[in-house]
Amino acid sequence: MKRFLLLLPVLFLLSGCSGNWGWYVVDPSTSNGAANLRFLISGAYNTVLMSVTAILISITLGLLIALPGLSDKRGWRALNRTYVEIVRAVPILVLILWVYYGLPQLSGITLNVFWAGVLALALSDSAFQAEIFRAGIQSIHKGQYEAAQSISLSYRDTMRYVILPQAIRRILPALGNQLVYMLKMSSLVSVIGMQELTRKANELVVSEYRPLEIYTVLVLEYLALILIVSAGVRWLERRMNAAES
Amino acid sequence: MTVAAPVPAPDHTADTPPVISMRDVSKYFDDFQALKSVSFDVQKGERVVVCGPSGSGKSTLIRCINRLEAHEAGEIMVEGTTLDDTRASLDQIRGAVGMVFQQFNLFPHLTVLQNLTLGPRRVLGLSEEEARKRAMTYLERVQIPDQAEKFPRQLSGGQQQRVAIARSLCMEPRIMLFDEPTSALDPEMIAEVLEVMTELADSGMTMIVVTHEMGFARRVADRMVFMDKGEIVETGTPEAFFTAPKSQRCATFLQQILNH
Repeated sequence: MKRFLLLLPVLFLLSGCSGNWGWYVVDPSTSNGAANLRFLISGAYNTVLMSVTAILISITLGLLIALPGLSDKRGWRALNRTYVEIVRAVPILVLILWVYYGLPQLSGITLNVFWAGVLALALSDSAFQAEIFRAGIQSIHKGQYEAAQSISLSYRDTMRYVILPQAIRRILPALGNQLVYMLKMSSLVSVIGMQELTRKANELVVSEYRPLEIYTVLVLEYLALILIVSAGVRWLERRMNAAES
Repeated sequence: MTVAAPVPAPDHTADTPPVISMRDVSKYFDDFQALKSVSFDVQKGERVVVCGPSGSGKSTLIRCINRLEAHEAGEIMVEGTTLDDTRASLDQIRGAVGMVFQQFNLFPHLTVLQNLTLGPRRVLGLSEEEARKRAMTYLERVQIPDQAEKFPRQLSGGQQQRVAIARSLCMEPRIMLFDEPTSALDPEMIAEVLEVMTELADSGMTMIVVTHEMGFARRVADRMVFMDKGEIVETGTPEAFFTAPKSQRCATFLQQILNH
């Protein structure tokens, strides 16, 4: 039954094959089609570069925000809560527009489209990363801290050598999810003119008038990227587990 | 049970200051008072075994000594340093005091060798080679040098606890605290851990051991401490303690534990 349900969208797509599809627009055997295809795929570089840069920043930021959330001191925890609650409440698209159009007026610093996109994506994701790290670190048994204290390890070394390596292993699937999420959300940066996958597709649709085929290719492009990420995360998990047995 | 040849007990009457001195120490967990104005001294080289029913405060007592728990009232001094929240006091005292836990608390993502070298390298500033040498020395002392490259979960419970003892010894502490070190072990593994602890006691280490292993206590202890409801009810030499307990509470406890 489940398998049958999965087939439904495929049937739906095939039903249009009777003549409404115009695959010529991305047919690699024609020079125009091949050029269109190259044009569409050329956005992948920016999509990946932007997502990866943003996720690296958001992981760092998320960890820095998670740490005060684990403090015994109320003030530190309040700082963490405030950040998470505010940032989590802003829609990504709104944040992108605000960083690109609003921030220059406020700060006098103009960011180019790439860095505005990266900053907005990273900020938005950092609140979720902070929650993931907090949960991951809290899942480590308190005996680990006590053992570290009993051999006089500093807080920094305890985090670096004892707690975080264990926590990161546990949250790896969640971090992988966030990268997938980031790749998808990066499509929104097209609205400020970033030349990534979605923007390229939009531009081609305007000149070729074949939205169905072009957006289908776009869907497949994201699907391919995300399957690669999933496989990569699974490989990393296996490798980390293998190291211990 | 044969009683091993007695190791000469330290002279309690000597006027050398105790290495551990607790004065009227109280500790609360919310409304529950875990330690009720406890006073307690330990001399250099002394082997003290602490026993008592669960919830009597015996674990809390030793966890206060290296500040895994902070006491709320009274004073704790270790080797003349008063225990407080300052970094200097904590570093001084945790450097002098090692601890072994009921649940071993080994670092599961590190090999046995890495478990042992982490402290010496990061805290004592030893080179990788020096730390490795030291680690191997102590692994030989606990009789598992061949397990150095394994991960903790590949070892038996008894082996894990011996690794934990070696990890603590790698910091070269002058005082060792044992918090029910054999309570999480299968019965057939208890002996190998007690053997290592006995060897350590024979080497002159100052030790405070919370345990229900009364055979070990008889063989090794210079002094028994019985706790109940957050108080030290009775202390004495093992002979006096086991043959003629002074308090009813202690007598009842011993009866339960020795006849189970």
